Amino acid sequence: MSRQSNRAGDPRKVNGELFTLTYGALVAQLVKDYENDEDVNRQLEKMGYNMGIRLIEDFLARSNVGRCHDFRETADVISKAGFKMYLGITPVVSNWSPAGDEFSLLIENNPLTEFVELPEGHNALNYSNILCGALKGCLEMVQMDVDVRIVQDQLKGDSITEIRLKFIKRLEDALPAGED
Amino acid sequence: MAVLSVYIINKAGGLIYQYDHNSSRPEIEKTFGYPLEVVLKVHDDKVVVAFGERDAIKVGHTVLGINGIQAEGRFLRDGRDILEVLAAEENYPINIKFGRPKLTTNEKIMLASMFHSLYTISCQLSPEPRSSGIEMLETDTFKLHCFQSMTGIKFIALTDPRQVGVDQLLKKLYEVYSDYALKNPFYSLDMPIRCELFETNLQVCIEQSERAATGM
Repeated sequence: MSRQSNRAGDPRKVNGELFTLTYGALVAQLVKDYENDEDVNRQLEKMGYNMGIRLIEDFLARSNVGRCHDFRETADVISKAGFKMYLGITPVVSNWSPAGDEFSLLIENNPLTEFVELPEGHNALNYSNILCGALKGCLEMVQMDVDVRIVQDQLKGDSITEIRLKFIKRLEDALPAGED
Repeated sequence: MAVLSVYIINKAGGLIYQYDHNSSRPEIEKTFGYPLEVVLKVHDDKVVVAFGERDAIKVGHTVLGINGIQAEGRFLRDGRDILEVLAAEENYPINIKFGRPKLTTNEKIMLASMFHSLYTISCQLSPEPRSSGIEMLETDTFKLHCFQSMTGIKFIALTDPRQVGVDQLLKKLYEVYSDYALKNPFYSLDMPIRCELFETNLQVCIEQSERAATGM
């Protein structure tokens, strides 16, 4: 609880544990409600997506980030501005594909999984899948179609959580005027 | 100095929010004797002054009411035809209320989508690629300021030409939109905004901006 002291000043910040526990309760309920892990993953992604398409406006309104000119810049903004602003962490950007259309976000201390141990028989569950949905939703609103997947998960014994983002295409028909 | 009204247009060109802050449409009420010195005609299903400007009554003003009875298009609320009422001598002296007609919701929606098209056209007309589109339109009576977010939402403010700091106001309105419309889980994206919290916070922003401008 000592961490709280340095956050008290900003009214927009909440106790991280409240957030982690709320998310935990949500996932636990989904695991109860759905029979297989795939369905839970899908639900989490959908929820994340719905958050993402709204979150992006908040992010743009509050940060002075301009339009990104390439995917590398996008990766930078996601890790240094986006994750920093909403989760208080800065994932490492790495594992670029040679074409520059694919990269990984490496998260060492995932705030979502702070107190979590996966129960037996849920090896297919991507506990943090809501992040994938949120990233996809955000990027879609700035006209980027991106595939987002969790490829390594600390909860499953990997040393790090790795989220892989693959650029698919620019959503040309959704481009606002002046951007083409 | 004043902010007159605010429009928010979604990326498809649909009006999702409109708010009139200061009305600059005065109404004039006057009693006339027979014969009427003002020439009236029916235009666009309204009774409009065609000739004979006097006092504050201008060409283009519409008959808003007669003897306290409100006009609805070219008829009075009680069903009588306005031109017929005005033609009959036995109705005089008569009290007529003139003014600029208020835009109806439908007209606002139409104008908003028309502006959306103009904005798009301006981007294409631009000799340079990646034009920002219309940021400001200036007339002698008002200025239109437009800010388009990266996601394609347009925030438009009509202000007095002397109003300063409108860019910051539009940025602030974007924040209010992202807070009180988008974070309301029961607001669906791209739909008209009917959220009380949004409306109050928007009004506060506008008033602050007006106060900041007059304080300078």
